[in-house]
Amino acid sequence: MIANYGYKDGSGEYYISIDTDQCIACSAQRACLTACPKGMFEIISDDYDEEVAAVKPNFRRSLGFDCSDCKPVGGYTALPCSSACTPGAIKHSW
Amino acid sequence: MTAGEKKEYWRWEESCWTDDSKNWRDAKIITAGIDVGSVSSQAVVCVDGELYGYNSMRTGNSSPDSATNALKGVLEKSGMTLTDITYVIGTGYGRVNVPFAHKAITEIACHARGANYMGGNSIRTILDMGGQDCKAIHCDEKGKVTNFLMNDKCAAGTGRGMEVIADLMQIPIAELGARSFDVDEEPQAVSSTCVVFAKSEALGLLKAGYSKNKVIAAYCQAMAERVVSLIERIGVEDKFFITGGIAKNTGVVRRIEKLLGTKAAETKYDSQIAGALGAALFGYTLMQKQGAAAAKAAA
Repeated sequence: MIANYGYKDGSGEYYISIDTDQCIACSAQRACLTACPKGMFEIISDDYDEEVAAVKPNFRRSLGFDCSDCKPVGGYTALPCSSACTPGAIKHSW
Repeated sequence: MTAGEKKEYWRWEESCWTDDSKNWRDAKIITAGIDVGSVSSQAVVCVDGELYGYNSMRTGNSSPDSATNALKGVLEKSGMTLTDITYVIGTGYGRVNVPFAHKAITEIACHARGANYMGGNSIRTILDMGGQDCKAIHCDEKGKVTNFLMNDKCAAGTGRGMEVIADLMQIPIAELGARSFDVDEEPQAVSSTCVVFAKSEALGLLKAGYSKNKVIAAYCQAMAERVVSLIERIGVEDKFFITGGIAKNTGVVRRIEKLLGTKAAETKYDSQIAGALGAALFGYTLMQKQGAAAAKAAA
């Protein structure tokens, strides 16, 4: 399943997409949990009882602000979450 | 209406229905799904995996009370009691506050399952236009979610936004869809990013001489554009189905169809019960699995 967390507002679209099929047998040892400097990811049991990664609910409406430190202007050349997720399950829309 | 009494134009019709051709006393498994949404609450009862009855009403200020009252409507109409129901699943934003639920499942999974029942197993894209959020969902032939996207950050593109416009125009909400087509030319959409801005714009258009119908048309177009931009992020696969209260507004539905270039699948069921129906069906599948597991263990 592709789970898109985020929102669209007057300034743009801010979504983090997680391909949760890749989480079921995660080959990156859940690296997303520690890679994000703000600890935005968590492991949940989804509606089909699979253990998958998700963006914590309290971050879902503020991704545009919370992720800004990890964007190129914040000094990063690659997103820590996407880089840590070696199966390539995590993508940003912006 | 007496003098001084304020008419509630936003108030939509609540409904309660049971299938009198079915006898629930003959059923092996009775399950219920309770969808406590931000604006409306529904209770659906299924007997042996088939829709038996539902109650759709406005959500009050207490999620547990809304859940209890929604189910009470079906129970009273059918003569059933809570103890007759084998399994209850809560869904919607108040899903964790359903006091008699055995399990909670997100409305995303429940709407996909409900749409699969209501529109058939060829449904692949679902647009749920709820009271205070909007979701675009892809599912497989079993109604299992494969992709989803939601927007609950603002009221534009939601049922609550339409209620605001109904009150502003002083036209009953059920009439808005038909009225939006009674215009000499299709107007430009009002703001689609904020319902407060849309309301201000609508007032401005009225002052500029627009008819009420033309302003409603402009708002319906804005809602359609809003949700189409959402659904286009995940793409549209036929067949396409709309759930939620806005599915009853032809003014928005026809405009969405025009923008997407595809017709929404028709259903004989009430589009508002999709989430609760999906929850009840999840309950039935769980009970079947448990029964099969118990039979296997006993063998």
